[in-house]
Amino acid sequence: MPPLIPFVVITIATELAVREGLVKSYLVPAPSSVFLAVVQNWQELMQALWKTSAAALIGFAFSTLAGVATAVFLSSSRSIQRAFYPYAVFFQTVPIIAIAPLLVIWFGYGMKTVIASAFVVSIFPVIANTLTGILSTDPALRDLFRLYGASTRVTLFKLRFPSALPQILTGLRVAAGLAVIGAIVGEFIGGQGLGSVVDVARTQQRVDKVFAAVLLASVLGLALFGLINLISHVTLRRWHASES
Amino acid sequence: MTATTSRGVSVALEGVRRVFENNLVVIDGMDLRIEAGEFLAILGPSGCGKSTLLRLIARLADPDRGRIVVHPEAERFQTAFVFQDAHLLPWRTVLDNTALPLELMGVAREPRYAKARAALDQVSLLDAEDRYPAQLSGGMRMRVSLARALVTEPRLLLLDEPFAALDEITRFRLEVQLRQLWLDRGITVIFVTHSISEAAFLAGRAVVLSRRRGHIRLDRRLELPAQRDNDLRTDARLAQEVRILLGSMEEEEEE
Repeated sequence: MPPLIPFVVITIATELAVREGLVKSYLVPAPSSVFLAVVQNWQELMQALWKTSAAALIGFAFSTLAGVATAVFLSSSRSIQRAFYPYAVFFQTVPIIAIAPLLVIWFGYGMKTVIASAFVVSIFPVIANTLTGILSTDPALRDLFRLYGASTRVTLFKLRFPSALPQILTGLRVAAGLAVIGAIVGEFIGGQGLGSVVDVARTQQRVDKVFAAVLLASVLGLALFGLINLISHVTLRRWHASES
Repeated sequence: MTATTSRGVSVALEGVRRVFENNLVVIDGMDLRIEAGEFLAILGPSGCGKSTLLRLIARLADPDRGRIVVHPEAERFQTAFVFQDAHLLPWRTVLDNTALPLELMGVAREPRYAKARAALDQVSLLDAEDRYPAQLSGGMRMRVSLARALVTEPRLLLLDEPFAALDEITRFRLEVQLRQLWLDRGITVIFVTHSISEAAFLAGRAVVLSRRRGHIRLDRRLELPAQRDNDLRTDARLAQEVRILLGSMEEEEEE
């Protein structure tokens, strides 16, 4: 069943439920009023979307680079892994809403804080999945590379990275959505963007506008997820079962 | 029997001992000499150290005691290894997989592709050079693995049960092909297998290892012709050699 059908059914059902008074509009606005909120606040929402997108993308890019580099470092020896991996787990467990004010103190009110928030929330899946991928390299292939005198660097780039690519892309899929969440949370506290729109609309009890901003944030998350899926399809379709 | 014109290396194991991390002694005090250009099959029960022995000879592991002398040892990368599964890089084409050893050795693109194509031609897979491993049958993947091993023109070829997972017809075909390659190139081949009939068909000499820490139970030169094809499989001479090897393996089981 195409995904559009459940969406249409739920939208129509919600519209009817709100109009009939079965659901209070201050709890769940009618889809038509959300649509109207998008149209009436188009310019503001598009500017906010642009800011959130930029911050999420930059934070995601940083978490990709830093996450992969960290995983490579952790994979270099068992003792390094044992010593430093628990600190990587910190990024998974830290409640971003609690440390966001700290980010404002360190980076000031604005884009840097939002980017930092997106980074903190999205880096752990990249580290975890990349590390798993690198450590899962076929031992026989590692032996083959040793047999022909391949250096550690050559083995990393010609064997371990390509071998880990499916897991890396899985980590990036998860991280993409988390980067959007991190950016929104950062904007609650210290920035402009969709998070800020949600926060202001909330104080004005404009639930329709809150939903409009949340809808656009979801679209952004879906777009990033779709981009990673596309990259995954292009790079893996010839050789990995997940894409063939 | 060795190939007429040998460009293989000799391998001598002297008092070799290998202990695993959990203090399991896998091989203890093994002495074995393989002549240049010899085709040696190694048989034995599971866990007797056959694969460990190959890894030691390939210098993928070091003995804890004793030494392994390869003569002559002048050339780098003169050893090639074929694993039990093909172990191809799934993201590379057949041609790139075959050329991989040369790439790792720093050979330039054009000459390494030329050699890779020549190796693929030897295993009759030249028309599959642009395919990916996922598009190949098990037998084809193993032939690519063989081509990859031969592309560096090794003087010592080590094979660890390479045909174990294949169907019988494909296995028969590859055995004939491998035997012919050995005759043509005169290299030293050490072939580990669980199959007595495969060992007898392929090798000029067979060694049966004991479960007792790499002790050699039987070391026999096989009295079979140099040229071997599938007609030999129903020949009484092959059956006789199989009987002798089987007898040794059965005695091992009974002890």
